[in-house]
Amino acid sequence: MTPLLSVKDLHVGFGRDPKANEVVKGVSFDLAAGETLAIVGESGSGKSVTALSINRLVDFGGGRITGGRITLQRGDGSMLDVTKADESALVRVRGSDIGMIFQEPMTSLNPVHTVGAQIEEAFKLNRGLTGSAATRAAKEALERVRIPDSAQRLKYYPHQLSGGMRQRVMIAMVIASNPRLLIADEPTTALDVTVQAQIMALLAELRGELGMSMIFITHDIGLVAGIADQIMVMQNGVAVEQGALDAVLDNPQHDYTRHLLKAVPHFNGGRAVRSDGSRVAGAAPVVRVDNLVVRFPAAKGLFARAAGAVHAVDGVSFDLVPGETLAIVGESGSGKSTTARAILGLVGTTRGRIDRASGRSPRPVQMVFQDPFASLNPRLNVESLLAEPAIAAGQRRDAKLRERMAFLLARVGLPDDALTRFPHQFSGGQRQRLCIARALMLNPEVVVLDEAVSALDVSVQARVLDLLIDLQREFGLAYLFISHDMAVVERIAHRIAVMYAGQLVEIGTAASVLSDPQHSYTKRLIAAVPAIERRKQVFTVDATQVPSLVRPKGYEPQPSRWREAGPDHRVRLETV
Amino acid sequence: MNYLLQRLLTFPLVLLGVSLLVFFAIRLVPGDAIIAMLGTEAGLLTDAQRASLAAYFGLDQPVVVQYGRWLAGLFQGNLGISTTYGKPVLEVIIARFPLTIELALLSMVIALAVGVPAGVFAATRNNRPSDLVVRLFAMLGQSTPSFVFGLVLIYLLSVNFHVLPAMGSFTPLFVDPLGNLAQMILPSITLGFAFAAAVTRISRSAMLDVLSDDYVRTARSKGASQRDVVWKHALPNALIPVVTLSGVEFGYLLGGAVIVEQIYALPGLGRLTLDAISQRDYALVQGAVLFIAFNFLVVNLLVDLAYAALDPRIRLGGR
Repeated sequence: MTPLLSVKDLHVGFGRDPKANEVVKGVSFDLAAGETLAIVGESGSGKSVTALSINRLVDFGGGRITGGRITLQRGDGSMLDVTKADESALVRVRGSDIGMIFQEPMTSLNPVHTVGAQIEEAFKLNRGLTGSAATRAAKEALERVRIPDSAQRLKYYPHQLSGGMRQRVMIAMVIASNPRLLIADEPTTALDVTVQAQIMALLAELRGELGMSMIFITHDIGLVAGIADQIMVMQNGVAVEQGALDAVLDNPQHDYTRHLLKAVPHFNGGRAVRSDGSRVAGAAPVVRVDNLVVRFPAAKGLFARAAGAVHAVDGVSFDLVPGETLAIVGESGSGKSTTARAILGLVGTTRGRIDRASGRSPRPVQMVFQDPFASLNPRLNVESLLAEPAIAAGQRRDAKLRERMAFLLARVGLPDDALTRFPHQFSGGQRQRLCIARALMLNPEVVVLDEAVSALDVSVQARVLDLLIDLQREFGLAYLFISHDMAVVERIAHRIAVMYAGQLVEIGTAASVLSDPQHSYTKRLIAAVPAIERRKQVFTVDATQVPSLVRPKGYEPQPSRWREAGPDHRVRLETV
Repeated sequence: MNYLLQRLLTFPLVLLGVSLLVFFAIRLVPGDAIIAMLGTEAGLLTDAQRASLAAYFGLDQPVVVQYGRWLAGLFQGNLGISTTYGKPVLEVIIARFPLTIELALLSMVIALAVGVPAGVFAATRNNRPSDLVVRLFAMLGQSTPSFVFGLVLIYLLSVNFHVLPAMGSFTPLFVDPLGNLAQMILPSITLGFAFAAAVTRISRSAMLDVLSDDYVRTARSKGASQRDVVWKHALPNALIPVVTLSGVEFGYLLGGAVIVEQIYALPGLGRLTLDAISQRDYALVQGAVLFIAFNFLVVNLLVDLAYAALDPRIRLGGR
């Protein structure tokens, strides 16, 4: 039987001399109808470029196919060599034979057209539907991806929908044409973990219904375990290992595959938590947060006045003692980052108290942000970047300060000639090390790490986490670690606080929260984390939405009541 | 509507500031209104005649009192009497305004009709020869002074080929539409050329940005043709900077186009204001500048409303 798609010795390059700048260096694979191939690799491995070559979208990103063949069996049974096809043939292939969904649901939909218009366009282009027939088809497509109130939602613009909803809209657009092949390029990376589980379940269900083949690209080898038949591991433009899913996962041959399976953080249900530096009973906290409330006025549009308030954080209390890591987990919009910002004084608090220890440092709380590319000023060299916090605290840029810079640079594992270099000369992982060094300049007691490893590649993540743990022991730091990634949290947290819709719902030691979650939201969150050993587990599609945090003026939430679920493990009682 | 109201409420404040500035600035310029008004005959005036003229125009009072009187008049819709024309200022300005607004509109139509497609075309052919040609023309358009370009146009089309009239007494639009348009076409092209060049450059760079956006890739992935991708998906997203630029340029043009009006002998607001300044026609300068500032505020408001029309995120709020 001829495969649906056959890629032979594919080479793709970029720039003026594509042959000299190859990003994909000889990749081959076959994909049968109805089969799913997972391409796994880190950034720069060439996995996305390989995928984009299959429908030749790579041309529009400045790439050129410099060698090899991509043979696609079209819907009418004819064979097409994609590498040689002209643009008019490719326009007919895109959409109708090959559908694609992308990583960033936030930016992948056109902001000036309604989602209805965008889905209808797919039906017009690939099925020839027009007018009310197209509208009806679009509505049915939205229902198929489980978007409630589909008739209403057709009139929405993308910015009025959440990330998960937008990704559903993308999927609705793709299934409009009933493609034979779906390419999904990190479709869930930007989504919360419970939403990720929903999207994965939806994709699996549609694949079965439509009999599509699928190419699923991801950096998370745990995620594809449940969906792929074949797996291909890529590194530096080469497929280092490929084969049937179980064979590769259970018996990896290549070192890099083994590294991906072992060295990077995978969620382990509370069995991989830290055993060092647990909390000393009765230690004086360095940060104590008592009934913190943060609200923002909610304005709707250019022509309206504030109608209510966004209850970003509603009655959060916890404390943090020296040497421990408290992880705050929750989905986007749960208020975890706002809590962190309030502790730093970056947002005003509406109510509540935040007490910070005033001990050894002029600025006892420092912060490391998510995006190491955006949080370093590109026009300042490393010396100026590191001097900034000290100067802001009124210190002089003298020999003593330079000594501390050199010490910290060595400590975070950067060469000492780094001082004269600029941020763009470092990789993502190195930049995050710079940010960590900068946060430590004033010898703080508390470091707030807001998704500090989320933007890094998985293997870099592991090394930065190890560095953070070493630094914590050495300097007796307390970490407030904000993350949505349960696998990472398991590695670094002593205690975990779970936030949902602006409120704390569960707090306790990492081991007991992860292995014995009590609150229904915590349970859902943990069940949604993909894991290799749970690869056969099937998720059911549900469309639970996080409740809106916009409350009418004067709204006050009900007082919370808590119960003890064990030593140092408290759960908020749920109102039914 | 709340927003619109807020904006409208700021208008009087801005206009008050403008009026203060222009009122005192024009009086800092050395020169005497009565001498300027009468020219050489001013020497024949007796002191008594001069004083009575000054009293007639209110020029004998302290400046602050003059301003107060003028402001009080303003609230009654009275901008004073022009010393040059001997008529109410508002009447003089209103008589000139249709020509200015027609010229501004025509050149903006030309600029958008030429500039946007040229910019879009250049962006889709980034760095290919056709792109370079468009960019060359855009550069020329922005760097050629309008008096050079205007004179070249007159020389070619009017003097050599007699296609269009170069100048002559001005024909208002409602008296003889065709004659008026024939007269307005060259000045509009002269102004529109530089304007179009600016529009071309900004639409090209905005389109280049947008064409690398994710949703453009999405549109291609669902099988949209190049034409749909460019005109339906990319262009609406690239228009905001074009609207910003066009609004500012249009606002300037509503203040009159001094050089072009001069070359083509058109009685527009630009020349009116310039003459008023050289004649020390205080009331007319004040009135004209205030009028121009008001137009600018209105155009800016329209630009903001256009943003809302173009972008649902501005219209409906949200991220």
